[in-house]
Amino acid sequence: MATPLLSISDLHAHVAGGDNRKILKGVDLTVNKGEVHAIMGKNGSGKSTLAQVLMGKEAYEVTQGTVDYLGKDLLEMDTEERAREGLFLAFQYPVEIPGVSTSYFLRAAVNETRKHRGLPELDAVQFLKLVKEKMAALKMDPQFMNRAVNEGFSGGEKKRNEVFQMMVCDPLLCIMDETDSGLDIDALKIVAQGANALRSPDRGILMVTHYQRLLDYIKPDFVHVMIDGQIVKTGGAELALELESRGYDWIETEMQARAAISG
Amino acid sequence: MTADIADKTCQDAKKRTASPRPPTMTSVSTRPFFASALRDSAKELAASLAWSPLKTEEWKFTNFREIVETLYADAPEVSEEQVRTLVSASSFKDAAAEVVIANGRVVTPLCRFSAEGPLIVLPLSEAAAGEYAHLVEKHLGRVTRDRNNPFLARQTATFDEGVFILIKKSAAVEMPIHLIFASIALDGAISNYPRVLIVAQDNASASIVETHIGEGSYLTNVVTELIAGQDASITHYRMQQDDAAASHIATLDATIGRASKLVTYACCIGGKLIRNDLNVRLDGQHSTATLNGLVMTGQSQHVDNHTLLLHLHPDCPSYELYKHVLDGSASAVFKGKIFVDQIAQKTDAKQQSKALLLTNTAKINSMPALEIYADDVKCTHGSTTGPLDEGMIFYLQSRGISEDQSKRLLTYAFLADVTRRIAVAPVREKLEALMAAQHNLPSDFRIQELTGHDEAAVY
Repeated sequence: MATPLLSISDLHAHVAGGDNRKILKGVDLTVNKGEVHAIMGKNGSGKSTLAQVLMGKEAYEVTQGTVDYLGKDLLEMDTEERAREGLFLAFQYPVEIPGVSTSYFLRAAVNETRKHRGLPELDAVQFLKLVKEKMAALKMDPQFMNRAVNEGFSGGEKKRNEVFQMMVCDPLLCIMDETDSGLDIDALKIVAQGANALRSPDRGILMVTHYQRLLDYIKPDFVHVMIDGQIVKTGGAELALELESRGYDWIETEMQARAAISG
Repeated sequence: MTADIADKTCQDAKKRTASPRPPTMTSVSTRPFFASALRDSAKELAASLAWSPLKTEEWKFTNFREIVETLYADAPEVSEEQVRTLVSASSFKDAAAEVVIANGRVVTPLCRFSAEGPLIVLPLSEAAAGEYAHLVEKHLGRVTRDRNNPFLARQTATFDEGVFILIKKSAAVEMPIHLIFASIALDGAISNYPRVLIVAQDNASASIVETHIGEGSYLTNVVTELIAGQDASITHYRMQQDDAAASHIATLDATIGRASKLVTYACCIGGKLIRNDLNVRLDGQHSTATLNGLVMTGQSQHVDNHTLLLHLHPDCPSYELYKHVLDGSASAVFKGKIFVDQIAQKTDAKQQSKALLLTNTAKINSMPALEIYADDVKCTHGSTTGPLDEGMIFYLQSRGISEDQSKRLLTYAFLADVTRRIAVAPVREKLEALMAAQHNLPSDFRIQELTGHDEAAVY
């Protein structure tokens, strides 16, 4: 069988420093190339933390478990290395970076990855060509490339910018952290279009989402439910609909019942 | 005369026991000598002040001991070749006028003066003796009002050759007026006292750039006075690119009239000690001042910026943004005083002092001081100090940019926020080149478009 794109095994992580609060308490997850996964859960379930830990955010410390990415040890890699190897995180709260133009930033990012892959770097003109059609697809005003990163953007525009960057960076594993929150229906459709355009047999998509709505537009192959730092249930797309109508309580009941039997 | 003053000062010093030496006096016999009445009264003031103000609130945050204790020799004459070598890289290709003064003397072959037309740029001694003598007499030494500044007093007592700039009524001078003050100390510490007088008549507009550079150990004590009429628009840049062994004390005193606009940039890059006093009087309704500072230092450089904004009339907006990037064991002081007179209703004053500390040993002392006597005003002040934002570094890293490169990029961006608003291309390019070189970056990611950031108001 082919090597999975991402293989998470018994991952435990806590907040670094301070109170060492445990957030991930044994996460297991496998994503194969070509698959689209969704992780759903209530606030505080740890789903966003999982996304950030995969990207190597130093605010969290991994205490146990392994994460294999294309057979390599992901946890051993610096954040920038993970990105160059093809990981992309569309942030839930993208920061503004005053003084750094979007075009420079994105071109630098693309070229770092190209360098890593042994490809020639793009100059400003070549880069513009590359991004032009992607900007049009996401209905973005080309002027924004001259502005500082995320500066003056509304929340929804920032999310759209994340998906735009994702399209430009050409990643192998797309992690979308609550990309749909704060988007109106029109923006949501555009963002979904962008993400769907990235579906390919070589690529994996992992969406962290609170609401089922996004999944109407980006149909997942697998839906996982995260409760209290663990993935407790996996199903197909229809699981998301069930959660939408029934909430999460029934899963917790199911878990307790199972624990009672085995305990 | 000099000996008498020295004696009196010694006696005074003994009485006070605090000041270590008499004030340093430079012989002016080989230099142009004018404005004697002004010099005499300044000598008296310098003698009576000695160094005692250095213990007061306005001065005590910086250690001036080395300057006080050094016996600076007169700046010797230097050859045209020596000056050319030093200043050629700084010369502007396109300037409305360019003046080079080295070791207190005009280097005529390197100068492009302007003796007629809407813009007058002349050596100060020449202006004091010619058709503009009345303007020099009227304004020189009168725009500055601080009587508690020992450096200002000494400067006024002994200033060298300087520059007189007159921008006539409604003259719109497009190209910058460039003044290069060079100090060459070949052997032992020397001192220089450049003096600049800028008179802008009603509705005049111009940019003036002062570039201060040098070699060796020296003290530059420069005073710039600016008086603007109504509806004038003046931008002033002081580029302090002094030698690492030099000290630089600068005063910029500006009085601007009704509906006039003043923008200043204090670019503090060189020297081991810099002290800037920037005093702005908003002397008419609807006048505006934007004071920018850019401090980029390392090792054990110390930069002290003191600003005083006097809101004396209603409806005047002002904005101050001083940004510091401090590396090594560099230290900085920022004291921004804003005074709002009782009648200055609808004052809108914003002050920001920001410092990026790249090491654990860099430090800054940032103090706002607001004195407000009117009740319908807006005065905000903010100060942020700290290392680079972790969230921003992580975001850049998450796109494949190395941690090291991310930090360099963010440091550059922090300062680019000030430089991107600089309208004089050679100044902006020089600063950005210095910033890029310091942080190992190309400068092709300059922001093309102005956006609202840090509430930057471009009035």
